[in-house]
Amino acid sequence: MRIAVLSGKGGTGKTLISVNLAAVSKEAIYIDCDVEEPNGHLFFKPENLAAEYISVKIPLVDNELCNGCRICAVFCQYNALAYINQKLLIFDDVCHSCGGCVLFCPEKALAEKEKNIGIVQSGTSGLVHVITGILDTGEASGVPIIKKLMQNAPAGQEDVFIDCPPGSDCIVMGSIKDADYCVLVAEPTLFGVHNLKMVHDLVRLFRKPHGAVLNKCLEGYDPAAQYCEDHGIRIIGRIPFDHDLGTLNSNALIAARENGKYREVFTSLLQKVREEVQDAAAIDFKR
Amino acid sequence: MKIVLPANERSMEKGISVSFGRAPYFLVYDTDTQEGVFIENNAAKSQGGAGIKAAQTVVDTGAKALLTPRCGENAADVLKAANIEIYQSINGSLENNISTFNKGELKILSEIHAGFHGKGGE
Repeated sequence: MRIAVLSGKGGTGKTLISVNLAAVSKEAIYIDCDVEEPNGHLFFKPENLAAEYISVKIPLVDNELCNGCRICAVFCQYNALAYINQKLLIFDDVCHSCGGCVLFCPEKALAEKEKNIGIVQSGTSGLVHVITGILDTGEASGVPIIKKLMQNAPAGQEDVFIDCPPGSDCIVMGSIKDADYCVLVAEPTLFGVHNLKMVHDLVRLFRKPHGAVLNKCLEGYDPAAQYCEDHGIRIIGRIPFDHDLGTLNSNALIAARENGKYREVFTSLLQKVREEVQDAAAIDFKR
Repeated sequence: MKIVLPANERSMEKGISVSFGRAPYFLVYDTDTQEGVFIENNAAKSQGGAGIKAAQTVVDTGAKALLTPRCGENAADVLKAANIEIYQSINGSLENNISTFNKGELKILSEIHAGFHGKGGE
């Protein structure tokens, strides 16, 4: 089963939840899709690392063949090309790698070259296979890395935990696209509710079965719990606002591996997730 | 010599636009004949890369100088490739800027910003 863990903002607990779920699963694959600032590997400290470069295609001009017709520049919706002083200028950082300029060039003056934008790193930590997408600093879009991560993820019986980037934009859509179930992590604040709404709208748009985990729970009124109640979101777990848990986590330790109490918390959360996935599959089957 | 200024409205008395790439109009002014024409900036509503497209428009007018309050680095690269000088405009109307330029009192724009890339900026 593929479980995506997401939230509308950073620091809510996506990595805490997905790392610990993977750690209590018998054998699991943990995929860090937060390519701008992946940090799951800090907890797992994976060994036997291997890395693969991820590249995108960027146009390359042969100015001998280019006759300055500008069909490419007019076609490009991102204005990545300009024709100045009898020469085609190409702005690599603006290019979205659609390949249209190459297709439309009547003089065949444009070819494509590879440009590296980051890496996919994999390693092991106990029985967890840890896969991390890392986008180079300054690159505009991590979506090509997400595509690669998702292509490589097994679609079978294995437990796959996808630690999503914060927010609800293209890169998050890519991360949840093939998920069987989405775990929405929320904080008990009004800002937390705003961010919960963002990802809730997204998973509904994608018609993904989903449930919420409320993190940093305190006694008393919880606006995130209220939002879940008002909008029929099932709350599948509550993680307390707990000093010891916070300490373990900020020391980059995996709480479920360090302490029996937290192992219990995340084992029962995983059990709940499994039941939810089975229910969702049954409902899907009936349809 | 032809010069270009980003404009909010088609009027010489009105102020220069704070944005180059997304200015609604450009004033193309000939300092020899002292005549100007306003052209639309077809880059103003671009999804991205407005500076590049706007700079292409300026290059295509045959201008030798651009007077602007600021300019992003991609646009500056295009203008540089075409040997167009970028001058730092002053507060005030388009005609004010032109007369100051004619007196040789405008400085070369020294600060090229990294670009706003769809994130606005005021």
